[in-house]
Amino acid sequence: MNINFTLIAQALAFATLIWFTVKFVWPPLLKAIETRQKDIADGLAAAADGRNALEAAAKKSEVTLAEAKQKASEIIAQAEKRGTQIIEEAKGNAKVEGDRIIAGAKAEIEQEVNRAKEGLRAQVSTLAIAGAEKILRKEIDAKAHSELLAKLAAEL
Amino acid sequence: MATEHAGNVQQALTPSGYIEHHLAFNAQSLGEGAFWTLHVDTFVMSVALGLIVMGLVWLVARKATSGVPTKGQAFVELVFGFIDDQVKNIFHGNRHAFIAPTALTVFLWVLVLNSMDFLPVDWVAGIVAFFGGHHATWRAVPTSDINTTFALALAVWLLMLFFSIKVKGLFGWIHELFAAPFGTPKLFVPKSVMGFIGLIASPLLFLANFAFNLIEYISKPLSHALRLFGNMYAGEVIFLLLGMWAASGVAWILPSAILGAGWSIFHILIVALQAFIFMMLTVVYLAMAHESH
Repeated sequence: MNINFTLIAQALAFATLIWFTVKFVWPPLLKAIETRQKDIADGLAAAADGRNALEAAAKKSEVTLAEAKQKASEIIAQAEKRGTQIIEEAKGNAKVEGDRIIAGAKAEIEQEVNRAKEGLRAQVSTLAIAGAEKILRKEIDAKAHSELLAKLAAEL
Repeated sequence: MATEHAGNVQQALTPSGYIEHHLAFNAQSLGEGAFWTLHVDTFVMSVALGLIVMGLVWLVARKATSGVPTKGQAFVELVFGFIDDQVKNIFHGNRHAFIAPTALTVFLWVLVLNSMDFLPVDWVAGIVAFFGGHHATWRAVPTSDINTTFALALAVWLLMLFFSIKVKGLFGWIHELFAAPFGTPKLFVPKSVMGFIGLIASPLLFLANFAFNLIEYISKPLSHALRLFGNMYAGEVIFLLLGMWAASGVAWILPSAILGAGWSIFHILIVALQAFIFMMLTVVYLAMAHESH
């Protein structure tokens, strides 16, 4: 337990060592470590950003896909509607056309009937005249009645 | 003189001679009086070890990269991070300017100085005897020299005073000497009973505060230095006793070697723990100097 000059010498050595560490040892280590910490933090932040961007992209693609699906189904529905519309239109047109054809046919038939009626009428009058002639030929002298007939023919 | 010399040689074979030989410093007188003596062994060992350990750390720090570190840098950074964490928990200021590097110096230096305890005492004595003759003495563990521990503790103590005055100002520091930790009464409350009591009690409180601070300022370096010294000195003495036991007969060599190995292994803990405690106390004292009450 003898305190002596060694104490002062040791204290000076201690002070020198502290000065050396403060000046030359600590700062480069601190700088290296802090730079690396910053690099790692930046890297992690970038990774997190990337992850977020990926998530956003996935969400966006999902939305786009859903939109596309919806649009496709809309287009299909529209096409179906259009198809039925065309069919309905065609049906309507066909009906109208049919009706027209039927009406035409009916008119023609009527015409034919009328024509036949006319013919028949003419033939009936001829037949009547022929019948009447036959009857009259039996009963009436042609000579006697030729004047009359000529008059009639002249009137006709 | 010659007979005394012969007597010493003879005494070196006795137990007390063995211990005295190993506990004697290699002292060189620098001038008149007992104070002007230098323990060459303590000084050379501590300076050489300090240069080696801080030099090694410096060699790594000089080439420190922020990229992928080498194994050496990773190890140094491990120590760095350990010290930095400890300081961060205690001191809440700009620790990188002074206190953290100081803590690193104290920890590493005290650790290697303590570690000299692992060198077999008789090997050291043998090497020294080879160079310096049979009577040359050499204490390998600088921290078992009270001069070393007091040098460090008093240096920390001076730093403590320096930071106290630097942070609080000279008058702030003096004020704190008399005003903390018990506080001061409200002095100037006229016509109030408490004010009157305060007027009477204030000198007593000033005295109590000052006495308390005085005891604190004395006990801090004492406990700081003596804790380390006591542990390392006791560790060294136990190694000496074990060595002496081994020398007392062939049959005792093996048990003393086993006990020596056991004590060495346990001593690893003490060496590291005392270095850590010394560093922590340094940081705590310097951090306390920064705090105002």
